[in-house]
Amino acid sequence: MQKSLSIDPGKCTGCLQCEMACSLENEGVFNTAKSRIKVFTFHEEGKFVPYTCTQCDEAWCMHACPVDAIVVNAATGSKDVISDLCVGCKVCTIACPFGTVNYNADSGKVVKCDLCGGDPQCVDACPTDAITYVDANATGLDKMRQWAEKTDNTVGS
Amino acid sequence: MAWTRQILRVNLTEGTCIAEPLNMDWANQYLGQRGLATRYLVEEVDPKVDALAPENKMIMATGPLTGTMASTGGRYSVITKSPLTGAVACSNSGGFFGAELKNAGWDMIIFEGKAASPMYLHIENESATLVDASDLWGKSCWETDELLHAKHQDPQIRVACVGRSAESGCLYSAIINDLHRAAGRSGVGTVMASKNLKAVSVRGTLGVGNIKDPARFMKSVKAGKKVLAENPVTGEGLPALGTQVLMNVINEVGAMPTRNMQEVQFEGASKISGEAMLEPRASDGKPNLTRNGGCFACTIACGRISTIDREHFSVKDKPQYWGNSGGLEYEAAWALGSDTGVDDLDALTYVNFICNEDGMDPISFGATVAAAMELYEKGVITTQHTGGMELKFGSAEALCWAVEQSATGEGFGADINLGSRRLCEKYGRPELSMTVKGQEFPAYDPRGIQGMGLTYATSNRGACHLRGYTVSSEILGVPEKTDPLTTDGKAGLVKAFQDATAAVDSAGLCIFTTFAWSLDDISPQIDAACDGDWSPERLVEVGERVWQLERDFNMKAGMTGADDTLPDRLLKDAAKTGPASGKVCELGNMLPEYYQLRGWSADGNLTAETRSKFGLPS
Repeated sequence: MQKSLSIDPGKCTGCLQCEMACSLENEGVFNTAKSRIKVFTFHEEGKFVPYTCTQCDEAWCMHACPVDAIVVNAATGSKDVISDLCVGCKVCTIACPFGTVNYNADSGKVVKCDLCGGDPQCVDACPTDAITYVDANATGLDKMRQWAEKTDNTVGS
Repeated sequence: MAWTRQILRVNLTEGTCIAEPLNMDWANQYLGQRGLATRYLVEEVDPKVDALAPENKMIMATGPLTGTMASTGGRYSVITKSPLTGAVACSNSGGFFGAELKNAGWDMIIFEGKAASPMYLHIENESATLVDASDLWGKSCWETDELLHAKHQDPQIRVACVGRSAESGCLYSAIINDLHRAAGRSGVGTVMASKNLKAVSVRGTLGVGNIKDPARFMKSVKAGKKVLAENPVTGEGLPALGTQVLMNVINEVGAMPTRNMQEVQFEGASKISGEAMLEPRASDGKPNLTRNGGCFACTIACGRISTIDREHFSVKDKPQYWGNSGGLEYEAAWALGSDTGVDDLDALTYVNFICNEDGMDPISFGATVAAAMELYEKGVITTQHTGGMELKFGSAEALCWAVEQSATGEGFGADINLGSRRLCEKYGRPELSMTVKGQEFPAYDPRGIQGMGLTYATSNRGACHLRGYTVSSEILGVPEKTDPLTTDGKAGLVKAFQDATAAVDSAGLCIFTTFAWSLDDISPQIDAACDGDWSPERLVEVGERVWQLERDFNMKAGMTGADDTLPDRLLKDAAKTGPASGKVCELGNMLPEYYQLRGWSADGNLTAETRSKFGLPS
């Protein structure tokens, strides 16, 4: 069964544990500047929103890449950057409608979320379950349950 | 490791920014942040210096765990000599600034001298530059933050700055970072402004590595997070209600200082409590609290994010205050509310916003207004002094007026900005100032919580709850319950809390973790991150060394054992209501034993033996 990251901004407190877990896994240091997932703070609105790659099925980044350096991971469905092939042309960063592929000037390659090969560390680090890793075919299950709960099924109602 | 081993020395007189290696001998003795920066201060600053003179220095310091995934590991402290107390100042702040500084590769910044004209320091990793800030001078913290983000076209920089209050010389000015987190107490912002330093903006992209044993570190970090999540205070109470979870609790035990500490219970407490912040209001059906928010790496997330009722008189014509910002913490709600007798939640939230916007410590501000209100009610201060404002206890209008005056230092604001002690001295009634060593009390009346009396009297930065929070034991039963109304065993309790707190601060962690964590939870995290053996026993030793060093600075600054006392009101006027009814704070029962446990002489001086035991500099 394929799984997807499911993000519920209503639960996010903006602590950045996810960003650090991501950078530790991928860069070997605690460094929010190098995270593939970013938490955005909307101060006036009192809102925190984690945002990362949705692993599009017809991924713009993958189709745009001139050297086929972005490939589908058959096991997880993620679109992974093959660093050895990437030439750092950044076309994928332009192609992605969501901004979730970014260039890393230190390595000269692009980086994006690869679901940590099926064990996303942001999920593990999140203290409030704002980020979960769930059945890709049922990411709406929690919302459905919340609405279902509002149903009044008292006899005669 | 875990330290970056690099500090930045900024000489504002010369206009230089120079990197130098961290003194690792001192790091091994004082760990980091509060302790380590105090060691630098002691080495470099004459304790007798005028706090607002260029010869005073100001240090922004992170700890070894700052910038890591250790829960709450995002703290920094500002260490300097305080203009409010004349003692060592160490004000701790969360938010994101501290972690960004570490991420840019710096353990600390030492500011020395004074710039000829307003400047700000801009840091991008190893590059540090002093930049002209004449366009920022005269702006609030919120405006400064916005202008710096716009100027650098980088939404990811983090800013710590001072507001107009500090520029005008307000003695309790804070340094505000990330809009609504503060290195709040003892006037550290006043020192920053005295150096013509308006702001520090930082962008760090280097990361925090150098963890001694990464696998063991992550294992202990995860274990620590689990303990916090499963604890009723850190896992439920603080996220849901913030520190405001305490308002009703402390009022019920009769330790809620009210109307300049004349009483110990406030009849309006429930209206300004954490629970009240969840109640939908009449105008728009929304509660005061929008949600909770966390500081960097914090898995507790006690922070309040609030709005003010748009219909409220304070903001009706000011749409700039209609959005969300940092809401009331317990200390602010107490000082701005109970201590002034004001039970208007929206007024308190507005005043809290202004304290953040222009950088005032809401504890000292509220307590100073409370003293002014008592002076007014006693006929010492009149409408002639206030320009017509009736400064009565319970007046939300007077409170909102006062904060606007304090923010700019104009009119009666110049008097309020003196702080409680100097205000009461100016008007000839020093006994009405509720302060220790010149710093205003926080939200726990020591007649109802006896151990806090000793905590306040001996705190190295003047009255403060965050130097030894025995409320944990005396009220909440953490780590074990003691009777708040007795003095037995409190000397040892206070010392234990003071030492542990100094160690936690020096690590770069938040003291709120200790509602759930003991040093047995903290030590494995430090030990896995830092070179050397960091057992709980060694942390206690480091904590006590920090305490002795701070005390030594204060004694050399001219303080004596006679300064370890409380206002007569708390020592002689008994509590009138509640469980502590009839009680005064029996400080005299605790102080001699405390001195003995500390290894001090009967008059409170460090003995030669104690100095040598902790290896204090001469």
